[in-house]
Amino acid sequence: MTAGPDLAAARGLLAGLPPSPAVWCSGLRKRYGRRTAVDGVSFTVGRGEVVGLLGPNGAGKTSVIKMLLGLVRPDAGEVHLLGRPGRDPQARERVGYLPELFRYQPWLTAAEVLALHVRLSGAAVPAAEQRDRLGLVGLADRAGDRVGGFSKGMQQRLGLAVALVARPELVVLDEPTSALDPLGRADVRDVVLALREDGVAVLLNSHLIGEVERVCDRVVVLDRGRVAAAGTLGELLGRRELRLRLTGVGADAEARLAATGRLTRSGETWTVELPGAEDTAEDTADVPRLVADLVALGVRVHAVEPGRITLEERLLGILRGDRP
Amino acid sequence: MTARTVLTVAGLTLREAARRKVLRALAVLTLALLALSAWGFAKLAGLESQAGALTSGEVRLVASQLLNLVMFGLSLIAALGTAFLAGPTLAGEVESGQALVLLARPVRRSAVLVGKWLGLVAFGSGYVVLAGLAQFLVVRVTVDYWPPQPVTGLALLAAQTAVLLTLGLLLATAVSPMASGVVAVGLFGATWIAGVVGGVGAALGNEGVARVGTVSRMLLPTDGLWRGAMHAFQDPSAVLAAGAEFAGFPFLSEAGLTPAYLAWSVLWVALVLGLAGTVFARRDV
Repeated sequence: MTAGPDLAAARGLLAGLPPSPAVWCSGLRKRYGRRTAVDGVSFTVGRGEVVGLLGPNGAGKTSVIKMLLGLVRPDAGEVHLLGRPGRDPQARERVGYLPELFRYQPWLTAAEVLALHVRLSGAAVPAAEQRDRLGLVGLADRAGDRVGGFSKGMQQRLGLAVALVARPELVVLDEPTSALDPLGRADVRDVVLALREDGVAVLLNSHLIGEVERVCDRVVVLDRGRVAAAGTLGELLGRRELRLRLTGVGADAEARLAATGRLTRSGETWTVELPGAEDTAEDTADVPRLVADLVALGVRVHAVEPGRITLEERLLGILRGDRP
Repeated sequence: MTARTVLTVAGLTLREAARRKVLRALAVLTLALLALSAWGFAKLAGLESQAGALTSGEVRLVASQLLNLVMFGLSLIAALGTAFLAGPTLAGEVESGQALVLLARPVRRSAVLVGKWLGLVAFGSGYVVLAGLAQFLVVRVTVDYWPPQPVTGLALLAAQTAVLLTLGLLLATAVSPMASGVVAVGLFGATWIAGVVGGVGAALGNEGVARVGTVSRMLLPTDGLWRGAMHAFQDPSAVLAAGAEFAGFPFLSEAGLTPAYLAWSVLWVALVLGLAGTVFARRDV
């Protein structure tokens, strides 16, 4: 094959494009024996974007992550990491990974594990910066201790430091808080938010929906090896609602409520769906206007409680709705 | 990048052997073997046969036989040690999940495998050379015998260890850590026995039986290399002195190795390591 002028032109064109996404995968497929674990999964994670991977057990989340990182060979499909094809080991030069099954050489000290990963990644990270990473995950005073003596939670903290140590541009976290106490979970949340501030892309697989909801820009929902839904939290969650406890509701007042959105009633509690996906200024003005109108119509307002359909409710809706 | 990976993983493998008390266990075993052999050789010096005191020639003959026997013990320790190290270091890491983070780094799997191999070869060879030299000194002090080609012999013994651990690595890419160790050691033993059978066949002039040894020596070169090492350790006059009644004796080697056989051994290691690399690269972890 010769590299003709067409190729050079194509290269020039590519160089002018905005940076390629942190993760790009298309049509990933994997079978284990007769069971199809992953069936045509495609999604992207933009630079500096935090994307949550959600789904029930056995949905294929970990298999997808392993295919992205070249640990499992896909039967079909393509992967690009930070603009390089996934088959090229160099694609993982700026990638940090905390696996679901985290185990580090028990005969090494925490500081030695980090030094090993820095060497393998080819990055030049000074020892002081490596120590800072241990400090970030709360292991500063255990740097010289053998990993064999660490608890599960401490090993997972070490794993987080390993994922962060080689100045990654993409961090893949597979169930990063499975062994952590609530304090540790809060630490991980802070770490992910700090990564986003620094423009580092994060792919986060977690069972803890609340965790995903707090830190993720976008969510990809996997079910039985396929992408069941994907989008920003606003797109996925969409509807907001308003719960009101009212007495003295006349026909006029009921009509006013119904004019706002879909209405349901349970005793004195009325629930109105509000239009609009985002909390824009116009939308938030709806609520005081509605309350003022209700009061003018002689309704006694005891409580007004804005609510949002939680990601959990939406996820259950997607997964159950998908079942035959 | 690849060279850095190879050296880093080789260093890691050596550090694992040192820190996991493998060294200590080997040292204890070896010291026990050395002490026992020193005792035996010391007794040999004052031994009297039925016909009276042994002549110095007879002592040298027996000493060179015994040296081969003890070196066989050492090679067995080295073989068992490295085969059981090679399995867990690869298959065990995949099984426990340690390999996940390592292989997610920008490394080629073949480089990781070669690094492991290099570390294990350095470990096994280092052990064989140190323990072998210690044994030579014991024989020197007790019965004043020094093998004719100590360097060649130790190099061949190290090569035998390398062959077996390469096989252990190949098995570890495909089966569980324990199974790979057991199979590697089993094949090592089987080849040695086939070699003995072949020797008996040759002594009896039965070509069919002799071929058993030849074929097994081609399939797994451990026994062939061991025979070469024995030939380097034993007194040149031993074969002549032993005569026909010792033909087929397992601790007596009648001929050194041919260059062709050495070349085949090198090629065998390269082929098996290449195959292990291919299997490991295609494997899901």
